[in-house]
Amino acid sequence: MKLDDDLKSRLQSKKILLMTHLVLGYPSFETNREVIRQMAENGVDCIELQIPFSEPMADGPVILKANQDALAQGVRVEDCFRFAEEMAAEFSQVNFLFMTYYNIVFRYGETRFLERTREIGLVGTIIPDLPPEEGESYLATSRSLELAPITFFTPTSTDERMRQVAARGEGFVYVVARRGVTGEHTEMDTGLVGYLARCHAATDLPLAVGFGIASRADVAMLEGRADMAVIGTATIRLVDEQGAGAVGAFIAGLHADEKGRER
Amino acid sequence: MKKGYFGQWGGAFIPEVLHATFVELNAEYEKARQDPAFWQEYLDLMGNYSCRPTPLTFAENLSDYLGGARIYIKREDLNHTGAHKANNVMGQGLLVRRMGKKRVIAETGAGQHGVATATMAARFGFDCTIYMGEEDVVRQRPNVFWMEKLGATVVPVTDGARTLKDAINEAFRDWVSSMDNTHYVLGTVCGPHPFPEMVAWFQSVIGIEAKKQILAQHGKMPARVYACVGGGSNAMGIFQGFFADDGVELIGVEAGGKGIDTDQHASRMCGDRAAPGVAQGYKTMFLQNDDGQMLDTHSIAAGLDYVGISPILSDLGEQGRVRFEAATDTEVLEALSLTMKKEGIIPALESAHAFVQAIKEAPDMGRDEAVIINMSGRGDKDIFTIAHAFDDPSWKEFIIDRADSYRK
Ligand SMILES: Cc1ncc(COP(=O)(O)O)c(C=O)c1O
Repeated sequence: MKLDDDLKSRLQSKKILLMTHLVLGYPSFETNREVIRQMAENGVDCIELQIPFSEPMADGPVILKANQDALAQGVRVEDCFRFAEEMAAEFSQVNFLFMTYYNIVFRYGETRFLERTREIGLVGTIIPDLPPEEGESYLATSRSLELAPITFFTPTSTDERMRQVAARGEGFVYVVARRGVTGEHTEMDTGLVGYLARCHAATDLPLAVGFGIASRADVAMLEGRADMAVIGTATIRLVDEQGAGAVGAFIAGLHADEKGRER
Repeated sequence: MKKGYFGQWGGAFIPEVLHATFVELNAEYEKARQDPAFWQEYLDLMGNYSCRPTPLTFAENLSDYLGGARIYIKREDLNHTGAHKANNVMGQGLLVRRMGKKRVIAETGAGQHGVATATMAARFGFDCTIYMGEEDVVRQRPNVFWMEKLGATVVPVTDGARTLKDAINEAFRDWVSSMDNTHYVLGTVCGPHPFPEMVAWFQSVIGIEAKKQILAQHGKMPARVYACVGGGSNAMGIFQGFFADDGVELIGVEAGGKGIDTDQHASRMCGDRAAPGVAQGYKTMFLQNDDGQMLDTHSIAAGLDYVGISPILSDLGEQGRVRFEAATDTEVLEALSLTMKKEGIIPALESAHAFVQAIKEAPDMGRDEAVIINMSGRGDKDIFTIAHAFDDPSWKEFIIDRADSYRK
């Protein structure tokens, strides 16, 4: 099933979906494995696996440090492919996507990278520094492989730009809730509500929204306004502070009082 | 060809959140470029504020000593703030004023671009934040002092290799939050379009002047033109004056560090450690490993200590229009000593790379031929690095005494 169809069918039984994120090899692949198991067992719908890059320009301090530490430990792109393959096979109920910067893809060979991503069972890729104008071959190859190339809406996007961008993407649209890098928190205010309404008007694709979500209240604010809540920096912080074992309860807590769900 | 591309190099690999900012910047840049009054305003400002045109100095002693080509030195060290960086910065300052933005940010390696930006911000009344790798803050402490005194906030960057590339990443991280009122004054002919083209345009003033000056002084075009290449802005600046004449050989000199066969250098076009890549918003030759992770670089000159190179120069190198060479740290200090003793001129450590190659080649050239060395900046900013490299005993004594007196 195509990713957007899969997400839409999941939405028939859930108020909002969850996408989580982790940096591969940080703090270790063992910890990644345990974190992913807990995420999968607690009903996460999508997981972004970030292949570390030495210049993570769009990331804030927490994810930046995770990238650097992973690389300092010698994490290679090949390790990331092997690990992702293992996870996709073990947790087939979860949609796995690679998130990374374009140089990793480019250096590996764009077509080869995408083919292998498809072969190992991932469903798409998120590349924040590859705008559609520069990604024509990436978009075309992704489509032909039935991989979802995820595109972005931002608060600075005009309605016209949103329509243009969404038309070139698949799967879902990653809605950046505010200006700035990853990891900062934003309040739900009338500006954000209006922005999310504009996003919905621009596309039929599901909307995934991230803005430093760290609690049940944050997720609840998004219900009815977005299709998927993105939890990035919060789980990295949690694992840093309390270890992988804390992740399951945290994820469960994000949709704790959701109606129609047994927890 | 696609806009912003030079052969296969360049482009604008920017996060979506900056799309609208680049639409505005491109429009404003295109408008300025079409407007002869803008260029005149720029020349007037540079003439009145920054000593342009800078002289082309005939280095008679050095020429006679080497016994070959006549050596001319283009004196960007005499620009206000002591380097070619001011050309780009003042140009972007005029553009910022047109865009109505009130704050500028910049990365800096050697600190020259940071000082130039802080100076421009003071002159135009902008707020200013400068990102500088922690390692460079240590290497170039006097420039940090000046930036702060000029009213800028200097933020030491402690991520990654703590040098220029990390300062660029950090400046982008600021910009993705602050773009509504902030312009990022990129310091060299790198980064996403329109920066390479725009910075090359502002720096073209060097080559326009140098061509006129060499014809007036030497009576014909030079045989060769030398420039050091960090990101490539001073090189692009002077080279543009001579592109049209195939008889003029253009030589870009990269940082050979401890040797291009070691892993401690910053040579992208010489040596075999660079490969095509996409980072910091553009596609060029980057020093990187097989996975695409950027490598640590080294140069005695902070301004050349960078993983990438202008996409325009990658293209010119590929076409064979620009020849690339590398100069080692040791050769740089020798060339610096020689130039000081023979001409009473102190090139910046960056600029001294260009001197190395000219000094190597001039003796084998005819006395009727001329070469131009682009002296991108003055060396007195490097007093701590140079004194340390020369292991100068009386300087050390002075530093120890001064430190003791502060401790009391
Ligand atoms: C004096 C001087 N020359 C050269 C450079 C290198 O930059 P570019 O290659 O852009 O001219 C710098 C950079 O800081 C510099 O300060």
